[in-house]
Amino acid sequence: MLRKLTLAAIVAAGFSTPGLAETLKWGSSRDIYSLDPYSYGDSYTLSFLNHVYEGLVRYDANLEIEPALATSWETVSDTVWRFHLREGVKFHNGADFTADDVIASLTRVSDPVSPLRGNLPAYKGAKKVDDHTVDIELVGPYPLLLNDLTNIHVFDLTWLTDNKSLKPTDVGAKVEGYATYNANGTGAFKVESRVPDSKTVLVKNPGWWDASKSNIDRIEFTPITSAATRVAALLSGEINFTENAPSQDLPRLVAQPDLKVMERTDLRTIMVGFNRKPKLANGADNKFNDLRVRQAFAHALDSELVQKRIMRGKSRTAGAIIAPEIPGYVEALDSVLPFDPDLSKKLLAEAGASDLPFTLVCTNDAYVNEEELCQGLVNMLTRAGFKPQLDIAPAAAQTPKRAGGLADVYLIGWANEPMLDSYSILLQMIKTKTDKAGVFNWGGWTYPEIDKLIEQASTEMDRTKRLELQTKALQMAKDDLIMLPLHQQPMAWVMSNKIDGITQLADNKPRHWLTHFAQ
Amino acid sequence: MLVFTISRIANAIMVMLAVAMLAFVIFRLAGDPVELMVNEQMTQEDRDNIRERLGLNDGTATQFVRFVTNAARGDFGISYRNGQDVLTLIGERFPATLELVLVATLISLVVGLPLGVLTAIKRGRWYTESLQFLSIIGVSLPSFVVGILLILVFSVVLGIAPSFGRGEVIQIGWWSTGLLTPSGRAALILPAVALSLYQITLIMRLVRAEMLEVLRSDFVKFARARGIPRWRIYFRHALRNCLMPVVTMTAMNVGSLIAFALITETVFQWPGMGMLFIQAVTFLDIPVMAAYLCIISFIFVALNTLVDITYAVIDPRLRNAR
Amino acid sequence: MTSDTSKPGAAQPTTMLQRARGSDVWWSFTHSKSAMIAATVLAVLILTAVFAPLIAPQNPYDAAQLDMWKAELPPVWQEGGEWPYLLGTDTQGRDMLSAILYGTRISIVIGLASVALSLLIGMTAGLVAGFFGGMIENVLMRIGDITLSMPTILIAILVSTVVRQLLPSELREIGASAVLILAISLSAWVQYARTVRAQTIVERNKEYVQAARLLKVPARRILAYHILPNTLTPVLVAATLNFGMAILTEATLSFLGIGMPPGQPSLGTLIRIGNQFLFSGSWWIVLFPVIQLCLLVVVVNILGDWLRDVLNPKLR
Repeated sequence: MLRKLTLAAIVAAGFSTPGLAETLKWGSSRDIYSLDPYSYGDSYTLSFLNHVYEGLVRYDANLEIEPALATSWETVSDTVWRFHLREGVKFHNGADFTADDVIASLTRVSDPVSPLRGNLPAYKGAKKVDDHTVDIELVGPYPLLLNDLTNIHVFDLTWLTDNKSLKPTDVGAKVEGYATYNANGTGAFKVESRVPDSKTVLVKNPGWWDASKSNIDRIEFTPITSAATRVAALLSGEINFTENAPSQDLPRLVAQPDLKVMERTDLRTIMVGFNRKPKLANGADNKFNDLRVRQAFAHALDSELVQKRIMRGKSRTAGAIIAPEIPGYVEALDSVLPFDPDLSKKLLAEAGASDLPFTLVCTNDAYVNEEELCQGLVNMLTRAGFKPQLDIAPAAAQTPKRAGGLADVYLIGWANEPMLDSYSILLQMIKTKTDKAGVFNWGGWTYPEIDKLIEQASTEMDRTKRLELQTKALQMAKDDLIMLPLHQQPMAWVMSNKIDGITQLADNKPRHWLTHFAQ
Repeated sequence: MLVFTISRIANAIMVMLAVAMLAFVIFRLAGDPVELMVNEQMTQEDRDNIRERLGLNDGTATQFVRFVTNAARGDFGISYRNGQDVLTLIGERFPATLELVLVATLISLVVGLPLGVLTAIKRGRWYTESLQFLSIIGVSLPSFVVGILLILVFSVVLGIAPSFGRGEVIQIGWWSTGLLTPSGRAALILPAVALSLYQITLIMRLVRAEMLEVLRSDFVKFARARGIPRWRIYFRHALRNCLMPVVTMTAMNVGSLIAFALITETVFQWPGMGMLFIQAVTFLDIPVMAAYLCIISFIFVALNTLVDITYAVIDPRLRNAR
Repeated sequence: MTSDTSKPGAAQPTTMLQRARGSDVWWSFTHSKSAMIAATVLAVLILTAVFAPLIAPQNPYDAAQLDMWKAELPPVWQEGGEWPYLLGTDTQGRDMLSAILYGTRISIVIGLASVALSLLIGMTAGLVAGFFGGMIENVLMRIGDITLSMPTILIAILVSTVVRQLLPSELREIGASAVLILAISLSAWVQYARTVRAQTIVERNKEYVQAARLLKVPARRILAYHILPNTLTPVLVAATLNFGMAILTEATLSFLGIGMPPGQPSLGTLIRIGNQFLFSGSWWIVLFPVIQLCLLVVVVNILGDWLRDVLNPKLR
């Protein structure tokens, strides 16, 4: 039967593409939410759709910004940026790429109902200078516009107009969007078909403006939620690439002669946050406001055990709340408090918090080996004189609790995407919670001095000075143990041995326009 | 007869209304979807706006009325998770689940009927006793364990059947079928077998019990006395007499199987309604959960009502019952 | 079943279970090899589960006893295995044998408690509906209809998801088993209610009940002393078979991740966790819980099946 199957696959592939057809059978741990990059604020969907749609700029192999649909840019004034667009670029439907398309896309993404608005926080408006020049106006001086633009995908204005999709899909209005099912970008691949949760097929775009490094003719993207099934599919050859292989199966996969494994650590830093309101959710006085209790927490954790056992030696133990690749990082931020349960007990006793009962709120569908990690934390904390309880459930169930300030202690991961700058975490997590900032300040803390540094950084156009301000803010956050970083989580890509060129960056995003099969 | 039919249908509608209400009440309690719909960089202001536009800030009564009136029109809204019309979404998955369930039902009939007959007519032999014993194991094995074992043996160790998905499907109008392609049929085998196991044992036991009853009856004794060959008695007369309850049970169990398929679908990553539902549960995709519950209940109630009415047509005595 | 060929005598009409059938059941039991074996195995499983704290080398729920440096040890007979971890350890350094014994305990307790709760709900509803009739009967039976219009697994999933969602964080772990018991019993009570109601209607119209009513014996008394005992036989058979079903439902919910939390794993939770290690070589994490769960449900069902054959001669 297996032979029959492969035969059928060859026949099927033969019909779609002549000659040496290379098909990437990509098994992922989850599906994308939609074909519309603006329908959902989801990094994974965006990174997949980057194969189809492109932004004005993109990250290169060193995560530095390089030109994409724009060839160059300059600042006209403090608040106006001018972009010169690439000429001769065509959308998949054959339409030419012009300034109008860029303006329509910017308008669409910053629409009040767009869930992706937050990705372009400083945007005010855009003006067409000529067919291939656009001015983007910002609300004030803002240093990170280019970073933001890497993930603002460009649509074709005529296509949007013809399909009544000038506005993004609005779940609240109960209207389906045409762009949810159809796509028309400028990227290296075109969408051939999509069945949600089952299969999305991309085919090569022969008219791509960039010199393609890839010889992939066809990408079959299949979500396989269960890690064990995904491994089974790899072993049986039903898929030949995954960017999410479970760490416990890596030894077996490495031993497989026709597979190869690529590992490294991610930008995403996993950390512990503490409730900092005067009272805990159950009405008790909040002992976590005492620095000694937070220090006791830190000394209770055996980072070697976490790294070696739970993360199977694949993670990078972190002392800083950002990964080394993120601007703003300096080595001084990365020191880890030593494992010393006796010291923990002593500190707890001093703070009058011995046998401190609390609930650790964890998710089980967001981070690597999360369930094991949370259980492990509970074990270690119990030994060091805490009385933790574990509340673990899918993110959907936990988020309201965490965001509502009802979690005593919680786990959170932050990758600083798509900005790739420590300004992201400072603004969204460390800063005091307001309408415009501190959305992930779930503990409800306020540090006026840190806030001031962040505000200075937000308008500082000199990169070096800005990063100094951010590093200073990070150091102050570290000194007061606002967040307790654990590690940068590992990533493991497994693929067929026939793939001889692939780009794996710390942002854990597959870029298959760079993937190459051996001939 | 007309009165009976109308009363059954009215009853079914009442039950469906109650289910719809229940669906709403349950999901009203289930949690806040907004935090999942937005990304890391969205501000609190924007989050509040979305909540407002979804109507999550309205009073419970208002939301309830809105839900029931919309649901009655078949409008369950847009999925929070992927922005598609919920009914379309479920419609896309329905063929996958139905094909799985029908093939599983077919397998269970093809295997269960002969086994049931055999255990009845060869009662007391060692092999029929072992079959009876095996049937208990059949109802006792959790279906997720069966699924895992099948994948382990046939996909990983032997490598002769796919471990996930539906294979290549062919679109016929809005219906997508995997039955017309070799890979589609191959992908169907393991999940269908896993799902049918429980049903096989049910049918086998039912057939056995019915057969034993019929074999004791006077007309079989009479037929035997007339010297009609045994196999003819078994298959022409006895089996025919016990087919009715088997067909009824099989029909009514289709609803149950559709719901139970969610476990099989989860294990085999079968892109059907059940997997959609489980994903909606983890994601608190309330519109999808509500619609799934209503649709499953509808299938259930419709099948039951149909069976009731059919029975009443066949046997007029039942019309006055209840 | 082997029992059905060995039991002599024609069936008596349904009467009081203990008096009329006591000796009969025992006779049938001692003459059914499979029933005896199943009962022995079940007794062993129950006893080891009840006395788990005395037998198990470790308390798997006490986080302080788990040593993660001892995680994923194979069973002792394999290279790298260590005493006292007879069946190896899981990823938290939890002794598999202890985890299985405690997990079986949870499965049995949840199974028993949910059968008891659904019996309580179902029999009360059935008795009340059958005895009083009218409006009460209508309402109760309509509620039953609605429950039956949804597959049991669906009800269980919905109830456990929603109720758990309503619990405050600190009660999630402690309340998990209670939530499961509630979810399973709410999905299973209708069957009892219908059986008991039908039986009650039959009994209600019998002369002795009519006489008692004329004598103004309180309804509660009539229900408890006269009607209830006569409904017990069919209910008992159903309850035994449902015990197996309840264990399976609990395991399924836990497998789907909406049952017992990882901190106090039931057999289903252990299988869910172990399933992730199916291909990693750590087969003991999934295999032993699977064997234990299947064994438990099989013996319960063998006994239930046997009991049904004995008490319900029509099916033989």
